[in-house]
Amino acid sequence: MPYLVHSEAERQEMLAAVGANSMAELLADVPTELRLSELELPAGLSELDTMAEIRRLAAKNQVFSDRLCFRGGGVYQRFIPAAVAAVLAKPEFYTAYTPYQPEASQGTLQATFEFQTLIAELTGLAVANASLYDGATAVAEAAVMAVVQTGRHEVVVAPFLHPEYLEVLRCNARGRGFRVVQDLNAVGDATAAVIFQQPDFLGLLVEAPDLTKLAHQHGALAIACVDPISLALLAPPGEYGADIAVGEGQQLGLAASLGGPHLGFIACRQQLTRRLPGRLVGQAQDGSGRRGFVLTLTAREQHIRREKATSNICTNHALCALAASVYLTYLGPDGLRQVAEVSCQRAHFLAQRLSELPGVRLAYPERPFLNEFPVRMSQLERRLAGLSQAGILGGLQLGRWCPDLADAATFCCTEVNDPDAIEQLITALAAAA
Amino acid sequence: MKHAPEPLSFEKSRAGLAPPRLPKAGVPSSAALPDHLRRQRAPELPRLSEPELLRHYSRLASLNFSISEHFYPLGSCTMKYNPVANEEAARLPGFAQLHPYQEEASIQGALELMWRLEQALCAIVGVDRVTLQPAAGAHGEWTALRMIQAFFESLGESRPEVIVPDSAHGTNPASAAMCGFKVVQVRSGADGRVDVADLHSKLSTRTAALMLTNPNTLGLFEKEILAMAAAVHAVGAKLYYDGANLNALMGICRPGDMGFDAVHLNLHKTFTTPHGGGGPGAGPVGVKADLAPFLPRPTVEAEGGCYRFDFDRPQSIGRVRSFYGNFGMLVRAYAYILAMGSDGLAQASEDAVLAANYVRKRVEHLLHLPYAGFCMHEFVASAGRVADGRVRALDIAKGLLERGIHAPTVYFPLIVPEALMIEPTETESKATLDAFVEALVEIVELANSDPAALRAEPRSLPIGRLDEVAAARQPVLRWSRTLDSGEKAPADGSSPQGDPRQPAAVPVPTA
Ligand SMILES: Cc1ncc(COP(=O)(O)O)c(C=O)c1O
Repeated sequence: MPYLVHSEAERQEMLAAVGANSMAELLADVPTELRLSELELPAGLSELDTMAEIRRLAAKNQVFSDRLCFRGGGVYQRFIPAAVAAVLAKPEFYTAYTPYQPEASQGTLQATFEFQTLIAELTGLAVANASLYDGATAVAEAAVMAVVQTGRHEVVVAPFLHPEYLEVLRCNARGRGFRVVQDLNAVGDATAAVIFQQPDFLGLLVEAPDLTKLAHQHGALAIACVDPISLALLAPPGEYGADIAVGEGQQLGLAASLGGPHLGFIACRQQLTRRLPGRLVGQAQDGSGRRGFVLTLTAREQHIRREKATSNICTNHALCALAASVYLTYLGPDGLRQVAEVSCQRAHFLAQRLSELPGVRLAYPERPFLNEFPVRMSQLERRLAGLSQAGILGGLQLGRWCPDLADAATFCCTEVNDPDAIEQLITALAAAA
Repeated sequence: MKHAPEPLSFEKSRAGLAPPRLPKAGVPSSAALPDHLRRQRAPELPRLSEPELLRHYSRLASLNFSISEHFYPLGSCTMKYNPVANEEAARLPGFAQLHPYQEEASIQGALELMWRLEQALCAIVGVDRVTLQPAAGAHGEWTALRMIQAFFESLGESRPEVIVPDSAHGTNPASAAMCGFKVVQVRSGADGRVDVADLHSKLSTRTAALMLTNPNTLGLFEKEILAMAAAVHAVGAKLYYDGANLNALMGICRPGDMGFDAVHLNLHKTFTTPHGGGGPGAGPVGVKADLAPFLPRPTVEAEGGCYRFDFDRPQSIGRVRSFYGNFGMLVRAYAYILAMGSDGLAQASEDAVLAANYVRKRVEHLLHLPYAGFCMHEFVASAGRVADGRVRALDIAKGLLERGIHAPTVYFPLIVPEALMIEPTETESKATLDAFVEALVEIVELANSDPAALRAEPRSLPIGRLDEVAAARQPVLRWSRTLDSGEKAPADGSSPQGDPRQPAAVPVPTA
């Protein structure tokens, strides 16, 4: 049977060594009325047949070529250097677990320490943790930090936080017992945090420094949800004084993969370090003075503090954090800047070309954006269907979340959408009207 | 083997190194970002050439123990073989390239996979519906408790308490607290199982749920499970199953039949998705019909050979994460279930139980076994009596590392002093199990003859024992230039002081 290792003779030998006559004897603690005769599942398959079934399912999905994907909304097609896959494929990384034993885990620990530094550098904040599940849960964890830190029970969310992040935040808030308010005028003495996304869900830039000031005027924390690639160009949260930065790291070398597994990150001011959720890796020394790395400040965590822990997170997204580290180290500061700039320029070119089409206009022509933006267009549904037939994954329709934008979609560009792809999109869109 | 220390990527960085060749914009530039929103100082990312980068990570990889190379009997974590075919499956472009906001018609295969995985998990654990959204076990616990909370809210009942055994994993009470519940602890009896009398005294109409692991974290089957389920249901509360230990039970019995109302599964344990150095995993949650209306949105539904998301679920707790869960992990787990089938899964659990009992039997003269009788897929021993207490569980753990074996989980569960929690899994050969026992024999001999020598292990690994107390007192959590040149970081008044709660030199649980 696949992946099992014993011969029948070895099983008998082991049973005899244990002093049992049968497996039934070993399982005698299980009440007989609970014993199953068989699982209601098909019998196992050969690897050949397993993979044939898996391939059948994969083939039922439509795969859009990267360069013809103009849909973002939190997940973006980007160039992933081969180095990322090469490192992730190393079984020394992917078949290890949480580095509880530092002497046997320096690879994972050092890579995580490097990841923490990369995120701290990008966000301009003092400390970052080892990873969270995704951008949405990272927002919720940051909100909990703020509620505990301030002792207040309300967070105010600026317009156009990713709607799914908002939904996750609400789900957490209802459980934990704090309110989520979507009205910046409501910021006041009861506010634990002001949460905003930069760029926002539509791709538009918000006045992050002003929102931070607003929070601080009322003794609340400022939580910035940021796009890590944008931070090559945009002021990082630490520069404008935000207390906590969180975000989704999928763009840092991870496949779209229908939305996961991706990467949540969180960074904060030094004073909030002990409120951080999840693993933290710190530098340490051994008996002979050699530098090593170790899980630290564990007194925040569930395995020590149980119900008093800062979070319940245990398994995190370490391998995704490793991908992000390889990606950022591959690019370096200049490469990252170039990726961000190319994406930004291409998106502005696309916006220009789109607004030349009859029946198409930018939804917020006066608002600055980076590499994603909303457009309103006539016959939106029909046009997007036309694009799909042409093998192009067009913009993301906004109507299901924003009734005021029922005739609008966001389009994004990254370095994978070359100028020819942009022209292909424009031609197909004009033809589909 | 010599281990040269590997510098940090930041320390290997060379100023002036050009970035890799990347595409140029190739379009006229018209972007104008407002100055006040622009970054002032570039982030200090390392600059490494591709060959240096790959060597850096290869060297780091060589410093890790991993299942691929080492026996890894880390109790509670089910460190079994991660099939390589599953890695291939998840990387297929038909899965890896899918955008989460593609139209349903263009992701029918992905939806079908999720639907089929849900059916399979329902059959394995005996529940009516499963959500695949939670990202890990703890996330699944929290999701299920949120559903139970919403269920009681819908009945207009206030039930502020969740009962958790003293042997429970730390995530259980932490998840309950993240959900706003008060945690009530129930004692374990002398036989290592929940003290049923104590449970009765804690149960009331204030109880929302009892969280149980079965087999429990001592590797013992809760024999009174049917009586406990009846008692929980008699006060109108729900019974929650922490599925971390499901590897003992596949094809043997089902949590749903025991009376559990909600179940989380760790696909990264029982269903072989790799642990990734700490994740990502996946923590699907299964529920009985009465909790199903509260499942996170969306669910996946099948109709006439077509599959769709159902967002229209008015009683849903909402979302617990973005999109539809760790889809790449779901692909791997489904491939595993297909390959194993009903026969293979049952054999896997039997072999896991057999291996644990075999090791347990062979170490009974070396370690103290606080609970009599057979165990399930893992067991907990105490190192407290080794060499008359002159060494600790931690020393045994380090001795194993020195001998090329990953340590068991130590100091967990909390109710066994000097605990060593050993889970061999079904994918380790008898020869490997025997080698583990021989290593333990050697370690115990050394503990008796020269305990100081054991306390000095490991000697031949990349690093010796680290001063964790000092590391926590003055935490250095990132590289910086000042660190590099050996200068002290400037005292800005904000540098964290030692945490008085950090246990001084008390070893901490590792699961
Ligand atoms: C008994 C038990 N419960 C819960 C968990 C939490 O699962 P996860 O780490 O996937 O969040 C674990 C594992 O770490 C465990 O061993």
